[in-house]
Amino acid sequence: MNVAEVTDASGRTAAAGGGPARRKARKAEKLRTRMRKHAWHYVFLVPMTVLFLSFTLWPMVASWWYSLYDWGGIGPPSEWVGFGNYQEVLSSPAFWNAFRISLIFSAVAIFVQLPLALVMAVILNNPRLRGRNLYRLLIFLPVVTTTAVVGIVFAMILDPAGGIVNEVMSRSGLIDEPINFLGSESTALPTLLGIDLWKGFGITMVYWLAALQTVPSELYEAARVDGASARQTLLRVTIPVLAPLAIVILLLTFQTSMAPFDLVQATTQGGPNFSTDVMSTYIYRYAFDPSFSASRYGFASAAGVVFGIFMLILTLMQAPLLRKRYERRGK
Amino acid sequence: MSAPVIPGNSEREAPVRRSDRAGESVALRHRAKLWHVLLIPLCLVWVYPFIWVATSAFKSQREMFLGGIGLIPEEFTLDNITRAWDTAGFASYTINTVVFSLGVVAVVLFVSATAGYALGRGDIPGKKIIVGILIATMFIPDGYTIIPVFVLVDSLGLNNNLTGAVLAAAGPVHVVPILLFMGYFAGLPQDLEEAARMDGAGFLRIFWRIMLPLAQPVIGTVALFRFIGAWNAFLVPLVFTLGRPDLRTLGVGMYSFFGSDTTDWAGLAAGALISLIPVIVVFLLLQRTFIEGMAGAVKS
Repeated sequence: MNVAEVTDASGRTAAAGGGPARRKARKAEKLRTRMRKHAWHYVFLVPMTVLFLSFTLWPMVASWWYSLYDWGGIGPPSEWVGFGNYQEVLSSPAFWNAFRISLIFSAVAIFVQLPLALVMAVILNNPRLRGRNLYRLLIFLPVVTTTAVVGIVFAMILDPAGGIVNEVMSRSGLIDEPINFLGSESTALPTLLGIDLWKGFGITMVYWLAALQTVPSELYEAARVDGASARQTLLRVTIPVLAPLAIVILLLTFQTSMAPFDLVQATTQGGPNFSTDVMSTYIYRYAFDPSFSASRYGFASAAGVVFGIFMLILTLMQAPLLRKRYERRGK
Repeated sequence: MSAPVIPGNSEREAPVRRSDRAGESVALRHRAKLWHVLLIPLCLVWVYPFIWVATSAFKSQREMFLGGIGLIPEEFTLDNITRAWDTAGFASYTINTVVFSLGVVAVVLFVSATAGYALGRGDIPGKKIIVGILIATMFIPDGYTIIPVFVLVDSLGLNNNLTGAVLAAAGPVHVVPILLFMGYFAGLPQDLEEAARMDGAGFLRIFWRIMLPLAQPVIGTVALFRFIGAWNAFLVPLVFTLGRPDLRTLGVGMYSFFGSDTTDWAGLAAGALISLIPVIVVFLLLQRTFIEGMAGAVKS
């Protein structure tokens, strides 16, 4: 509205006044001026639109399309197999294995990392604690580092032959023989889950710290005057105020937990014996791994589509909670 | 040895001072101090991998092989750094990573600043729909569409090329930067634009000379996040440099170094040091911007 008025004011004053024909002409003129005025705005939207169509929308459509073909990436897809790839994906134990392990990564992020990060945030939110900024910084540090690189560093630290962790534990008599953390089926997944938690912990902690800042200090003051203990304050004041923000943090943590490709690929490539295989390494193996058999773009796309739909459902399940929060805030 | 006496003293005095605020805060401060007993060891273990990298990179290969547990190298050497830099190719990996990261930052800034400006100023018809679509895409899980992105970039003739990797990393629309720019531009006063137009400045000139310089805080935040994100990227540079080892970025280079030579730990530590130092330095210098930017994700 504002814009239209502005346009009007800066438009031709010569057209002002006169009969209906003139008014019509003026209206058309106004629309043209308005469009011309907005033309630049639309021009500015072109880069985003081009990238959106080609790198966001098209890949989604293309995944569906490729998934209906038996296609190795050479020439255009031609060998139509209908839902054959889907049948193969859904009946493949290896797919469900990777699916399950991906969900374990998400579950640990939500049920272990999220509460632990809250505890740490509450501890480090105490204004009486000296050096809390340094602690925050150190705990946050892994977040900004390259996952693939720190994954390899962990692989060396945890190595059964000469890795420092095994060295220290055996010298101090804690263990009789070295633990092959990343090389044995029973320990590889828990080890990676631990590293993943270490890597993402700082993000969740910063989210919680931000949420804690929104608790009004008068509430704490009131609780103190009423003689509430630290635990009572936490349970009765902090947590109820945090609850709505917790939904956002849950969603953000869930979204970042879905991409453990870098860590898994850099350390175990999904091994040993697929005990750490996640959806992204599974797809990568079928599409790109040079040491694996010929590329199977169609099959890998079908796996991606199935998993993508499942993740979308899980995300959308959290959406009503999110909407509730915004509605409450709107009131 | 005098330490145990002090708590004893304050305990005896506590009943007298209970109503005294100063006394209470002293007690609480003592309680806060107890956390250090827990936090200091925790943080040392937490950052140990980085300490390991920083010390192992300067140890001799022999010392590493014999299981160098010591924190300080027995004999300080720069051999590993030079070996990683020259022989293992980390010199070119570093250059590639810088080019890749700056490329991603440039593309994302260009796309999100223009789009944010178009959506933030002058209520254009269709704005609500566009913003709605953008927000909806935030809920769609990404990372499973690498195959079509690869095929697309490949068909543009940009596979095995850093430009292709930049496009693949920066191409999928980055919604948050767009919304940041949109919000910021929308908040700038209308008079600015009016005055500039009075002076005869056109749309492009107003954007480039007046609005964009004012958006410096957003530019800084977006650039910082995208830079660190791109520096740490792994899947995209891996996929796009499979046929060109010389174009590997640091993460990918480290991965292939580890795959080809799993025993040269000192060299690997030097490689890790080269990979991690720049991003850690950038973070430490700009940590406030970084952490505030992340905190903003929760509050908005």
